[in-house]
Amino acid sequence: MESRIDVTVENREGERAEGDGKRHPNTCPRCHSHYRDDELEQTLRVCPQCGHHFPVRARERIAQLADRGTFAEEDAGLRSADPLSFFDLRAYTDRLAEAEVATGLGDALIAGAAAIERRPCELAVMDFAFMGGSMGSTVGEKFARACDRAASRQVPLVSVTASGGARMQEGILSLMQLPKTVCAVDELREARCALISIMTHPTTAGVLASFASLGDVIVSEPGALLAFTGPRVVQQTTREKLPDDFGLAESNSRFGHVDAIVPRAELRPFVGRLLAMFLQAQ
Amino acid sequence: MSESPSSQAEELKLRERLAKLRDLPLLRGVGVSGEMSRLKRQLDRMGSEPSADDVWHSVELARHQDRPYTLDYVERICEDFVELHGDRALADDPAIVAGLARFDGRTVVLVGHQKGRDIRERTHRNFGMTYPEGYRKAMRVMELADRHRFPFVTLVDTPGAYPGVTAEQHGQGGWIARCQLTMVRLAVPSVTCVIGEGGSGGAVAIAIADRVLMQENAIYSVISPEGCAAILWRDAGEAKKAAAAFKPDAAHCLELGVVDGIVPEPAGGAPADHDEAARLLAESLRAALAEVEPLDPEERRRQRRRRFRAMGVYLE
Repeated sequence: MESRIDVTVENREGERAEGDGKRHPNTCPRCHSHYRDDELEQTLRVCPQCGHHFPVRARERIAQLADRGTFAEEDAGLRSADPLSFFDLRAYTDRLAEAEVATGLGDALIAGAAAIERRPCELAVMDFAFMGGSMGSTVGEKFARACDRAASRQVPLVSVTASGGARMQEGILSLMQLPKTVCAVDELREARCALISIMTHPTTAGVLASFASLGDVIVSEPGALLAFTGPRVVQQTTREKLPDDFGLAESNSRFGHVDAIVPRAELRPFVGRLLAMFLQAQ
Repeated sequence: MSESPSSQAEELKLRERLAKLRDLPLLRGVGVSGEMSRLKRQLDRMGSEPSADDVWHSVELARHQDRPYTLDYVERICEDFVELHGDRALADDPAIVAGLARFDGRTVVLVGHQKGRDIRERTHRNFGMTYPEGYRKAMRVMELADRHRFPFVTLVDTPGAYPGVTAEQHGQGGWIARCQLTMVRLAVPSVTCVIGEGGSGGAVAIAIADRVLMQENAIYSVISPEGCAAILWRDAGEAKKAAAAFKPDAAHCLELGVVDGIVPEPAGGAPADHDEAARLLAESLRAALAEVEPLDPEERRRQRRRRFRAMGVYLE
């Protein structure tokens, strides 16, 4: 039997090709309303017509969540190496360079100190646009260091995930980022600092199966896909009829895997309240 | 090893990168010089490195239908074994076996994936693909081991966690995460051996031990060669190429520091001689446990955490 495993990215690429391949990124996939970019920025990238939550890039997410001017990025210079000299149809190093040019990011995670609603925290935010938000050594290391800084500053860590999973091009080392980030959370817990995990669309595979699921509080946005294995692979493997809400935040909530589904407009005050609770306790 | 065009291209690429790194002013310091010595080592090694065929041979042996499974080893290396069933919440997952075992004259707790030999058993065992219930069973016997100070042994052999609707609804990802966390927090000594397929999240969930070993012909990987080929080459038929690219074999895993040691297999591989494979495995497990048992529990946990925190290669 062929082995079927899936902590990796890029199921989505196929989905995109089949489904709404020609859809403009600012066209709502649900109600087909179209917006200018500045309109969407105004509404936190939520469709004013139907409430669909568009994806948010990491820098914009930080601007949405953190108090203006409080975010101080750390480890911005960290870059992925190419430990396996990985080459598929193209070299991993080329893919990395291209992603950096396209996104303006060093890798798929940005971390640093911030304040949310005037409460100090450490903030680690993923960006799906950088190679599907995949977790390789650099993402793992940046997350682990964010845990360390939160512990030493005695503040909660707020993580915002958006990831297709582990970064295949780093082979087994990308799988090792699961235990690595789990260990980092263990140390954070030992320092009695909270992890507030905000799972956004999509939080899947290796990231879901490691630090994202270890939040003291797990929050999600409406309609986000939170699944270890995405719908396409499950469908292909099992030939089961999938429920309409398969893997969505709403389904996860029903089965008890998330604490709250919070619409984007309410996210910042919600996180602020949580921070106030945890900071008081320390 | 025959010089294939791809390995020549790879060598060329490495040499170019090495030349580039030499030319860089030493601004970025340690990170770069580390990278340089790594590249040099890689170049030196090119001649002796397992070829694409060697890697694929491992993949085939790791999945061989006559390969010994967890219970075959248990039968041969344990003086007694009492299997424990159920996750105390919902179900018993036959894809993972757990139990109290007598090994080397003392009691240990053992957990391992179980694939199943014939079609009937394979279906019953779900081909060794675990549901969340399986990880919960593993977690509760981890706690049992800790309570009674029994060393903890796991044998990894799974294509991956089961990708099904119910598994997802029961929280597959979350339980894999929590299973890792429980294992990393154990006070008792632990050792893991990958005895066949170390498939992705389903494998790593029970592989956070003080010492991680791998059999000579086992594989440990982030995705199956077929899955990787389907995604990156858009053709599952390119599995052999994919395997050569992401290098799931024991020699590479050892070199990357992912495993601490390679457990030898008898001539012709473990499928050829179960008894000898079991004897060799027992020897390695015994030696690995002996290394970590004398440590203070707190210190052991710190070292375990440090081991996994150090995983990965990046440029500063």
